[in-house]
Amino acid sequence: MYERLAAFAQSWGLLLFVLAFVLVLIYALLPSNRETFRKAARLPLGDDERPGDPQDETHDRGDRTR
Amino acid sequence: MFWGYQLFIVIAATGYLAGITQSKEYAEPEWYTDLWLTIVWVAYLLVFLGTIWKRKEPHIYVANWFYLAFILTIAVLHITNNLAMPVSLTSVKSYSLFAGVQDALTQWWYGHNAVGFFLTAGFLGIMYYFVPKRAERPVYSYRLSIVHFWSLIFIYIWAGPHHLHYTALPEWAQTLGMTFSIMLWMPSWGGMINGLMTLSGAWDKLRTDPVIRMLVVSVAFYGMSTFEGPVMSVRAVNSLSHYTDWTIGHVHSGALGWVGFVSFGAMYCLTQWLWKRPRLYSFALVEWHFWISTLGILLYITSMWTSGIMQGLMWRSYTDLGFLEFSFVETVARMHIPYIIRAVGGAMYLVGALIMIYNLYRTARGDVRVAELKDQPAPAAATVPAR
Repeated sequence: MYERLAAFAQSWGLLLFVLAFVLVLIYALLPSNRETFRKAARLPLGDDERPGDPQDETHDRGDRTR
Repeated sequence: MFWGYQLFIVIAATGYLAGITQSKEYAEPEWYTDLWLTIVWVAYLLVFLGTIWKRKEPHIYVANWFYLAFILTIAVLHITNNLAMPVSLTSVKSYSLFAGVQDALTQWWYGHNAVGFFLTAGFLGIMYYFVPKRAERPVYSYRLSIVHFWSLIFIYIWAGPHHLHYTALPEWAQTLGMTFSIMLWMPSWGGMINGLMTLSGAWDKLRTDPVIRMLVVSVAFYGMSTFEGPVMSVRAVNSLSHYTDWTIGHVHSGALGWVGFVSFGAMYCLTQWLWKRPRLYSFALVEWHFWISTLGILLYITSMWTSGIMQGLMWRSYTDLGFLEFSFVETVARMHIPYIIRAVGGAMYLVGALIMIYNLYRTARGDVRVAELKDQPAPAAATVPAR
């Protein structure tokens, strides 16, 4: 039992982790996500309580409904 | 939930005084307290998930990912490490489901990830929100924050065995824990760089805004203690550092420097926002808090380094005949001076925090220190937008 688990962890476990990391990298670096992430990065800077403020592009979406 | 958690703390703390403990580090409370905390913590998870669920923003910001990982993982750790059978339903005593080395490994898987997910992931969530907010700059690299998040949570969970070097734990498991600890350098420093570089283009705020300085120094302490940690996890270094005050120094550079300062920074921001004040009562007092507490931490950790390395060296020194050169009490006597410095450092840190409490109280009341309005045209003018 112990040997079987250890063998599994040392082969498939390793493969699974490398694969998971590659998927994360693909998700992070995919050019089509660039715009999503650019907007996401500005999320905390949005200000939903002061309607009079000059608005930047992140405010164009969603904020009006809040 | 809030009162539930306070009740848990009261039960746990009074339990200590009554000598009720299951003898697990950071998990001392007995089974009934653990069950109560589980209920409170699940309520916390539900409140958080519900908030995420009804969001209007399609994307979940990285800070919330860190927070979710923190709440979820702490729940899993808490439940697993506290699996126990009470002697009877009316007895405070229980016995752990695990025994021997399995118990030790479960405990340190829990213990190290309490640091990794409570004091790191949770507070990284705070960093990813408050640093950009206060600097009024988007996070340096959102891509990096994604890689930071996933690699941090995947790697941290395996680092626990480095607490069990030279024990009954199989050597390969010790080596595994050590390897993953060293790998943690990457996401930790990635996160630190991401936090610090968020200020690029706004570095002048370090000079003008003591709150941002507090947040930045916090991230610097994060970088320092996450550099030190992997070093200490190496078996050879650990043979010197383990069981000594070096560990205490390491923990406090993380707890006082990183966790404490990022919380202070967040509290300065939050008080101003919650009470809708245009500025803090006094920026001079924030400066005082910053410098007194920073010096306090430095005294604290340098004295613990000195004391710890001295202890480690004394414990392992042998005479020509192969006897231990020092008795234990001799090592304790040598720690006298470092402990005085440690106490001074800790007291300074506390004084800084008391200054903050006063400052926040006056801010909440809506006071502004008049002298500051005259001689400095509000260093906060740039950061007023609050939320």
